[in-house]
Amino acid sequence: MKDYEIVIGLEAHVQLLTQSKVFCGCSTKFGLAPNSSTCPVCLGLPGALPVLNEKAFLHAIKTALALKCRIQDIIKFDRKNYYYPDLPKNFQISQYDKPLAYNGYLEIEHNNAKKKIRITRVHLEEDAGKLMHDPGKGLSYIDFNRTGIPLLEIVSEPDMRSPDEGSAYLQDLKSILQYLKVSDCNMEEGSLRCDANISVRPKGEGSLGVKAELKNMNSFKAVRDALSYEAERQVELLRKGESVVQETRLWNERKGITELMRTKEETHDYRYFPEPDLVPLTVDKKEIEKIKRSLPELPQAKKKRFTALYGLGKYDAGVLTRDMEISNFFEETIKLFDKPKKIANWLSGDIASILNERKTTIGETRFKPAHLAELLELIRAEEISGKIAKEILPEIFRLGISPKEIVRSKGLKQIKDAGELTSVIDDVLRENKKSIDDYKKGKKNALIFLVGQVMRKTKGRANPKIVNEILKKRLDDGG
Amino acid sequence: MQIKPYLDRIDAVNKKLNAIIYLPGFVGLEGSRPTKPGKVITIKDNICVKDEPTTCGSKILEGFKPPYDATVIKKLKEAGFVLMGKSNMDEFAFGSSCETSCYGPTRNPWDLERIPGGSSGGSAASVAAGIVPMALGSDTGGSIRQPASLCGIVGMKPTYGRVSRYGLIAFASSLDQIGPLTRNVSDSAMLLNVISGHDEMDSTSLDLPVPDFTKSLVNDVKKIKIGIPKEYFPEGGMDKEVKKAITKSKDTLIALGAEPVEISLPHTEYAVSCYYIIAPAEASSNLARFDGDQYGLRKHAKNMVDMHMNTRTAGFGSEAKRRILLGTYSLSSGYYEAYYLKAMKARTKIKHDFSDAFKLCDVILTPTTPTPAFKIGEKIDDPLSMYLSDIFTIPANLAGIPGISIPCGFTEAGLPIGLQLLAKPFDEEALIRVAYTFEQNTDFHKRKPNI
Repeated sequence: MKDYEIVIGLEAHVQLLTQSKVFCGCSTKFGLAPNSSTCPVCLGLPGALPVLNEKAFLHAIKTALALKCRIQDIIKFDRKNYYYPDLPKNFQISQYDKPLAYNGYLEIEHNNAKKKIRITRVHLEEDAGKLMHDPGKGLSYIDFNRTGIPLLEIVSEPDMRSPDEGSAYLQDLKSILQYLKVSDCNMEEGSLRCDANISVRPKGEGSLGVKAELKNMNSFKAVRDALSYEAERQVELLRKGESVVQETRLWNERKGITELMRTKEETHDYRYFPEPDLVPLTVDKKEIEKIKRSLPELPQAKKKRFTALYGLGKYDAGVLTRDMEISNFFEETIKLFDKPKKIANWLSGDIASILNERKTTIGETRFKPAHLAELLELIRAEEISGKIAKEILPEIFRLGISPKEIVRSKGLKQIKDAGELTSVIDDVLRENKKSIDDYKKGKKNALIFLVGQVMRKTKGRANPKIVNEILKKRLDDGG
Repeated sequence: MQIKPYLDRIDAVNKKLNAIIYLPGFVGLEGSRPTKPGKVITIKDNICVKDEPTTCGSKILEGFKPPYDATVIKKLKEAGFVLMGKSNMDEFAFGSSCETSCYGPTRNPWDLERIPGGSSGGSAASVAAGIVPMALGSDTGGSIRQPASLCGIVGMKPTYGRVSRYGLIAFASSLDQIGPLTRNVSDSAMLLNVISGHDEMDSTSLDLPVPDFTKSLVNDVKKIKIGIPKEYFPEGGMDKEVKKAITKSKDTLIALGAEPVEISLPHTEYAVSCYYIIAPAEASSNLARFDGDQYGLRKHAKNMVDMHMNTRTAGFGSEAKRRILLGTYSLSSGYYEAYYLKAMKARTKIKHDFSDAFKLCDVILTPTTPTPAFKIGEKIDDPLSMYLSDIFTIPANLAGIPGISIPCGFTEAGLPIGLQLLAKPFDEEALIRVAYTFEQNTDFHKRKPNI
């Protein structure tokens, strides 16, 4: 593998976040009853005509500008003609020779090195319907709800050199799209989909190897796995003196391999021509400048600001800014509790795993910045231990009530009063004579065990520092 | 006023003409629905009427009833019109003779052995035969004006973008336009008032104020400059009687005070070939949706691809297949530049011809068709000569400008001859004014076929 270089280009398809479809007024809501969100236009009924959704168009322009692209002077649409039952008109309204935007780039940071991944083109098109097969009955069904959902295709140059770089690019692209609020980029729901072009060549070779196109990768992990597998497959072929064939391959998640879908000879002639039902449009230069100025702070800039302003390390800043909601949550919390590193640890640790487990985003939960600030304040004031804090975290998420309230109602406040602790310590010493002996024989670990016993008896509420002090004193004093 | 007289007229003549292929859904339910005089209309079968059969004269749309009204139908209904059925047409509007419909040919009320013109032949015949006072047609390369001319009535193609195409089953989207076929110019102006206007469902409809076209019904052409393009009066290739009638019409207008101007439209000779690249290309894509999946005909097969192929093989007639083949070919990679792109460039030149010409004149006068109505079967196996019957009407569609055909004479055999007037974009008012003045000072429109 190390004698070869991997060359990767990615083609992302992003469903834009709009209320209605790109060429009609039907709702884009996910999960509706099949074919309930359809009309003559998206069903491609005879006589129906498309009308461009302005919001989708603006989302596309915004994204293109965030990716530093040039916007086409005259924007037109084209018909991509092919027969498939998920495409009711048997052509897709897309953009061909003049994509909406072109010549941009996205700067990724991978292994502590910055790298520009060039963006070839960004274009707007309509999504197709969804086919569902029932092999048992030998029947196929079509759900046209997805037909006509605005789709942005973002094509990169073959600038990535490893599956990890590919994944980093996709991750950064997703962050930008989420910051722009143009897509929720949910790979499971299909609002972010990705195809890849991949080839390999001996290191030092100038010209590109024969590429394969990979499809059907439905998660970031799948993208990385499929690219790794395919790179190895191609290198193996070259090693054996065979050659790579230009073809489209499908990632088989279950088997963990890529499989042949179609060869180059089977590729379609899409017979593109300008869509006569939509009039070409221009975007005023002033308008473009206005949109450019209205773009929000993007992940890269925010990351830089987080390291400079809050003294966070690159890693922490990167993790926090990857998700706009998290980064906003972070900044809201800081206003209430001025310990950036502590907040960052919680956000990238326990909070991240709760969100991960529940497959949700922080904005969708009842956990608010004030809760985190209060929780951290309780720890700082030694009202509760970090352990208790971790234990009550899921409950704050679930109920959305203040940590103080939970601590109070459950009696979880730390016991710092020596008097209160004495009786528990007495019990522990009485029950663990052997440990006392051990300690006296010089086994200092016995002290830790005894502290643990006190903690257990107080259900973690005892202040370990104070317990430690009292116990040590008692043992050393011989009593 | 009752519906019944209209239904009686249909009973009396439609068997001979085959102009109407579907009676309105209310017949038999409430056949005596009262209506206002004159507000009775037939609709070309490629315009969607909610819950009524809409088949484009094609077997492939057998049983299709649209779940929605075309915008023009909505407007007609709101204006209190009674829709008196769907009129016959060349399959998907592919033709100039109304012979390619799967429902059989429509006949010309002036001579049942002859074609009524096409593709809006059923609409034209139903008006000429006195079944209804007016009809809606669609015009892609002359499909309103040519049958109007051959049936001795008034037919107008408005400016591209004047009338919404929403609900018109597309033949060639960049050329199609819905328009009126009527017995006189006044009715055309009135009907145009009803159907015109911007529609947010059609991106290509223009957001311009619609004038009251009946205000242009003015009997006065003094000082109006009439352009006479030399390319539209070719030596040979044109019927002598037609040429004579058109020349006489020109003289009539001059006598009424219009000023003749010699003009040239130098790229006219490329119009037909340019059209027969662009229109089939768009059609091949527009007709791709008819595959048996969702609606219309379905010919079962063991797998999907075979089902699509069987359906399309059985559903489309030979002219439709010819145009799908033509269009698919000219859009194919390797041919696109040589054909489609070149045709688009020629189209621009033709457009420029007209804008240059309209610097010199207000309207352009030409024959509508090179010959009067030909015999049924005469050209059906000779597509090239059939295509040439639209030689004078096609340029207006390529340029997007409005045109009207009005009766201007008869052959010795008693066949109508049509005069075409063209104007600059969105100047239908000029057409109406000149056409109205000509009509008021002649009586060709008063003659009726004996049927």
